[in-house]
Amino acid sequence: MNPSNYLVLSAVLFTIGAMTVLLRRNAVIAFMGVELMLNATNLALVTFSRMNGDLVGQTLAFFVMVVAAAEVVVGLAIIVAIFRTRQSASVDDVNLMKG
Amino acid sequence: MSLDLLAALLVAVPLASAAVLLVLGRATDRWGHWLGVLASAASFVIGAVLALELLGRDAEARVLDVTLGRWFDAGQLAVDLGLRVDPLSITFVLLVTFVGTLIHVYSVAYMEHDASRRRFFAYLNLFVAAMLLLVLADSYLLLFVGWEGVGLASYLLIGFWNHNTAYAVAGKKAFVANRVGDIGLIVAMGLMLAATGSVGFTQVHAAAAGGAVSEGWLTAIGLMLLLAACGKSAQVPLQSWLGDAMAGPTPVSALIHAATMVTAGVYLVVRSAPVFDGAPTAQLVVVVVGAVTLVYGAVVGCAKDDLKKALAASTMSQIGYMMLAAGLGPVGYAYAIFHLVTHGFFKAGLFLGAGSVMHAMADSVDMRRFGGLARYLKVTVVTFGLGWLAILGVPPFAGFFSKDKIIEAAFVPVDGQPWRAWVFGAVTLLGAGVTAFYMSRLFFMTFFGRPRWDVPEEEARAATARAAGARTAGANASGAHASGAHAAGHHPHEAPALMRWPMIVLAAGSVALGLVLATTGFTTWLEPVTGHAEHEEPVLSVPVITTLTLLAVGAGLVLAYLRYVRDEVPVAAPAGSPLTRAARADLYQDAVNDAVLVGPGRALTGGLVVADRTAVDGAAVGVGRLAVGSGALARRVQTGLVRSYAATTLLGVVVLAGVVLALQA
Repeated sequence: MNPSNYLVLSAVLFTIGAMTVLLRRNAVIAFMGVELMLNATNLALVTFSRMNGDLVGQTLAFFVMVVAAAEVVVGLAIIVAIFRTRQSASVDDVNLMKG
Repeated sequence: MSLDLLAALLVAVPLASAAVLLVLGRATDRWGHWLGVLASAASFVIGAVLALELLGRDAEARVLDVTLGRWFDAGQLAVDLGLRVDPLSITFVLLVTFVGTLIHVYSVAYMEHDASRRRFFAYLNLFVAAMLLLVLADSYLLLFVGWEGVGLASYLLIGFWNHNTAYAVAGKKAFVANRVGDIGLIVAMGLMLAATGSVGFTQVHAAAAGGAVSEGWLTAIGLMLLLAACGKSAQVPLQSWLGDAMAGPTPVSALIHAATMVTAGVYLVVRSAPVFDGAPTAQLVVVVVGAVTLVYGAVVGCAKDDLKKALAASTMSQIGYMMLAAGLGPVGYAYAIFHLVTHGFFKAGLFLGAGSVMHAMADSVDMRRFGGLARYLKVTVVTFGLGWLAILGVPPFAGFFSKDKIIEAAFVPVDGQPWRAWVFGAVTLLGAGVTAFYMSRLFFMTFFGRPRWDVPEEEARAATARAAGARTAGANASGAHASGAHAAGHHPHEAPALMRWPMIVLAAGSVALGLVLATTGFTTWLEPVTGHAEHEEPVLSVPVITTLTLLAVGAGLVLAYLRYVRDEVPVAAPAGSPLTRAARADLYQDAVNDAVLVGPGRALTGGLVVADRTAVDGAAVGVGRLAVGSGALARRVQTGLVRSYAATTLLGVVVLAGVVLALQA
């Protein structure tokens, strides 16, 4: 199977993720978009690894997963904290520090 | 006691007394004035002891240089704290302390009802101490300390009644005018340092007399010294403060005009004789300044209806005589000092007399409202009259001997230039005549003619008041003030004894001092300082000059008699000729100062303020505005909308990626 198909899938997934982040107001959904982008990137990395025949891309994918896991923990904690204080999960409402 | 210590005490005693009165404050209210009198009298005694010591020596040895120690070292310049007691300075010391003490005594009574009499005496003592330091210093720098002290004390005293804004402003005016003169003294000292490397009298005068300094330098130094003298002695063009200085209590006017302050300028010029002797141009300027001031003061004196201001104008004119004499060189130095001493006596007497008149007339100074006071103020009229004869130069009163000598000296050609003799001789002669006129006018308007203090329109009431006044005047010597001078039924009364006796002593001086000093060789006594002058003959013979002077004086006197005794003096001042109106306004000195100095000065500061606001502040504020403005622009990017931030980030990444790809391709 042609590995470039995986790259196309990766691009499609990344685009869906980016659009989710840009267009959805709900913080949790936007967060899921971020995760989708990360995983799309992982897919691209693994594909490049396969195409080039070395392990650098796969190694990097592991790093991304670890960072994403940490990011999920921190990000969700922030979202929960904001929801508790502002009674809203909409990212558009979080503008207290606007100049 | 050593003479050194005595000389130091001379200054220290009144200074210490002033310090005690000021530091202890109200605690000394009850006896403070007597401490002031005592300090001044003690200075006089010390001065007299020193004078006797000098008299006991040979003429050449009559100088006592006292070094109290090193004042400061500054690089190559080392200045000692030194006093010089010589015939010139001791003459001043005796004049200042003697007349000063009399004025102190007078003030005890004059200021009796003033709540801050103690403070007044502190300032008087400070004044005397500063003046003594001024005349005793042996370097220009120490002289400058006294010079500034005199300026400070005069400021404090002129503005003594500073609850009256006009008086406080008058004090400030005197201070500022003096400051202009002070710049002259400072610049002169700078020039001396540059030319001779010293500011001590001995070194500077030796360099000046020895030809070590070029004439150009001496002229510059001389002119700067003259500027200083003009400020202190109220000579044109720095004369404007003197008239306003009448705002001070009358004893202060007497002190300023007779003993301290205005004589300092003449002292400075005479003391700097070697400098001026080497600079004929500067000397000529001194003579011109003296001549102009002489006429200026005399003209102003003719028009003033304010008793004290007329006397102030007369002082200005008389100091002009002294300046003129001092500018004539060795011919005139001794006569300048001679006239200064006699003037000190009769002018102090006249001012104290004026104070007595004011005391009698509830502080009124309007001569048009006086008249006929001779009947009520018997002591005052006699003492004042003797001072009047002295200032007129009627023989054998004091002014005759001193002023006549100055007129003679003015008629002596300088450097074989007869035009100067004629011009300045004529000016002094004219001045003598005008002096006679305005002093007689003042005397007659105050003491003779019809009494005008009552309401003039109601003749009947005025007549009864006059009769009542005559009945009670004798027993009224120490009576209380009447409520107002112009109210009908006001009774002028003679001053208390403490005020009468100083006037009597000064009047005695006005009578006899000239004759005594002239016959005992006062001018020879000064010769160690002023130098001996072998001069050319005057362009007119001496008897002719004396006759002309007396004729001028007689003419002035008769004219004044005709106008102010024979003719009725109107209570309201008539409009008068343009010259009279100009003289009443001090020949527009304030208008000229305003136009020439104050106006441009204000415009300059105004311009500077505008320039500061627009250019300097504008630049600083502009930078701030720029930051704020650019910040406001940049702020618009921060919408607070997370999704727009994300879009921006994405856009940025895409652009970056595009750029990287484009660069690789």
